[in-house]
Amino acid sequence: MSILVFAEHDNSQLKADTLKTVAAAQAMGGEIHLLVAGHNCQAVADAASKVNGVAKVLVADNAAYEHQLAENVSLLVTELAADYDHIVATALTTGKNFMPRVAALLDVAQISDIIAVESSDTFVRPIYAGNAIATVQSLDSKKVITVRPTGFDAVATDGSAEVVALDKATDAGTSSHVNDELSVSERPDLGAAGVVISGGRGMQNGDNFKLLDGIADKLGAAIGASRAAVDAGFVPNDMQVGQTGKIVAPDLYIAVGISGAIQHLAGMKDSKVIVAINKDAEAPIFQVADYGLVADLFDALPELESKL
Amino acid sequence: MKVLVPIKRVIDYNVKVRVKADNSNVDLANVKMAINPFCEIAVEEAVRLKEAGTATEVIAVSIGDKSCQEQLRTALALGADRAIQIDTDQNLDSINVAKLLQKVVEEEQPQLVILGKQAIDSDNNQTGQMLAALTGMPQGTFASAVSVDGDKVNVTREVDGGLQTIALNLPAIVTTDLRLNEPRYASLPNIMKAKRKPLDVKAAADFGIDLTSRTNLVKVTPPAERQAGIIVESIDELVEKLKNEAKVIS
Ligand SMILES: Cc1cc2nc3c(=O)[nH]c(=O)nc-3n(C[C@H](O)[C@@H](O)[C@H](O)COP(=O)(O)OP(=O)(O)OC[C@H]3O[C@@H](n4cnc5c(N)ncnc54)[C@H](O)[C@@H]3O)c2cc1C
Ligand SMILES: Cc1cc2nc3c(=O)[nH]c(=O)nc-3n(C[C@H](O)[C@H](O)[C@H](O)COP(=O)(O)OP(=O)(O)OC[C@H]3O[C@@H](n4cnc5c(N)ncnc54)[C@H](O)[C@@H]3O)c2cc1C
Repeated sequence: MSILVFAEHDNSQLKADTLKTVAAAQAMGGEIHLLVAGHNCQAVADAASKVNGVAKVLVADNAAYEHQLAENVSLLVTELAADYDHIVATALTTGKNFMPRVAALLDVAQISDIIAVESSDTFVRPIYAGNAIATVQSLDSKKVITVRPTGFDAVATDGSAEVVALDKATDAGTSSHVNDELSVSERPDLGAAGVVISGGRGMQNGDNFKLLDGIADKLGAAIGASRAAVDAGFVPNDMQVGQTGKIVAPDLYIAVGISGAIQHLAGMKDSKVIVAINKDAEAPIFQVADYGLVADLFDALPELESKL
Repeated sequence: MKVLVPIKRVIDYNVKVRVKADNSNVDLANVKMAINPFCEIAVEEAVRLKEAGTATEVIAVSIGDKSCQEQLRTALALGADRAIQIDTDQNLDSINVAKLLQKVVEEEQPQLVILGKQAIDSDNNQTGQMLAALTGMPQGTFASAVSVDGDKVNVTREVDGGLQTIALNLPAIVTTDLRLNEPRYASLPNIMKAKRKPLDVKAAADFGIDLTSRTNLVKVTPPAERQAGIIVESIDELVEKLKNEAKVIS
């Protein structure tokens, strides 16, 4: 059996979550090839060759893949899929975007967002905002799968896989990139941080999110938010944690001024330790918190910062 | 131009689903159902395109048993012009939903198909992308802004790092994210008017597609529940617990 894993990257860095997706692929069983599709992405290919468990790195370095447009990448992956039993990607925006296209072109179902591998054809995935866990068997000959990184432990990076350049340029010609407005932050990635501190509607405005900065600095934390905080324009969309935002499972998650709606819990309830700071003792967030503090956040945050 | 909006009937987002005791599936008996929130955003976007004079007709389509007519009526009350129910009592995989929608696209020839990015029940996040592949159309998923410009549509997408804008040749597929718009409430007169708008029913079996499921649901179990924690009385106590009990900070 053989498995093609799609590497998530931005042409310069391999996303750490790819190491977790490779771990998931190992559990499926088979020879693993890692595909790096991008443009001027040699640094990513180098990093990919060090990922343990990978037998071969395939590099498709072409302008057609620079922005990883779904139309172009799906054609490439579908063409390569002929040689593989499993096609696997991380359930982040790139993988979520193009993988269902691959499944449809191959005429198979996709199993999305798996958190565990039972066997080479049977997978575990959360449904209904994580309020039910489904075990699903794929009956297709080829399995198209996206992996939720929080479900797996990263493989090490002291390997030395062979790197093979592919001469491909599948350009569907139906879409083009216009521009990116990416958030710049010195902080760790939400998905990769060991500590996450998130603010909700209780923060009242974007300026008050500064109250989280000092604490995040001291703890090396990433900063997240609830949907309400994003919708209200306090912070950008890429900070949303939840069922329909980012899924995180850090060692420590601190929810500040967040009520704990099921959609928010779906994105953080697998965190190791949860702290909630909320002035309403009845807030549902306290039902999942290991440590709850009933307090006004405007008093609690400065004090917490000073005592860390 | 015509805009097609596929909508799904799902559990209301406020309801916490329960797993059946025999672990065969979730229990949806007597549970409040609603239009998938992302589909509601899709309908709103299509109706706004019509109000702006860009779209000429908005068609809502849903695949499911008779009960999904309720959600189609909601779409009509929000401003869709007509509706199609594709009747089936099967729980279809996204690929088979996409294949049925492909047939509707072939028949209706819309310039734009707007779907939700994901259904909040199965959380698959697949159907729009699959439909795009089957019809050969480009796709703008997780859209937070859509603007039609001649024979192209610009779509701003919510991506992991922020926002990305792409340009797609029409006809194209768009899937909605939360910030695309804030859906209106249907007014009573519009709810009344919706009852008289056309709603066609077609049998899924008549489309000549093999709808056999490609997946086998082995079991559904409840998630591991978290142990209830404690309420601390002060920041000092919190910091002490995090250091010495949970050992997550130093
Ligand atoms: C426990 C359980 C586990 C399942 N696991 C899987 C699985 O792993 N893989 C799989 O392929 N299927 C699975 N299914 C079946 C899955 O629920 C499909 O039936 C699903 O309904 C079809 O797509 P979706 O809603 O997931 O689409 P999504 O891709 O999440 O929905 C996106 C959009 O597609 C449109 N859409 C979706 N369904 C319809 C519809 N019926 N009518 C009109 N428009 C629609 C809407 O615009 C919606 O917003 C599972 C079902 C159950 C009960
Ligand atoms: C389709 C759909 C998808 C969704 N996806 C997501 C998602 O991915 N992520 C997500 O987060 N939500 C999501 N939601 C929204 C979710 O249902 C809730 O509306 C949202 O999480 C509420 O955010 P909040 O807790 O910040 O706000 P609120 O529910 O308004 O809670 C604010 C809290 O702050 C507390 N507070 C106020 N002032 C103070 C103070 N001074 N000190 C201390 N505490 C204070 C209040 O007691 C309250 O508990 C989704 C909803 C839908 C319909």
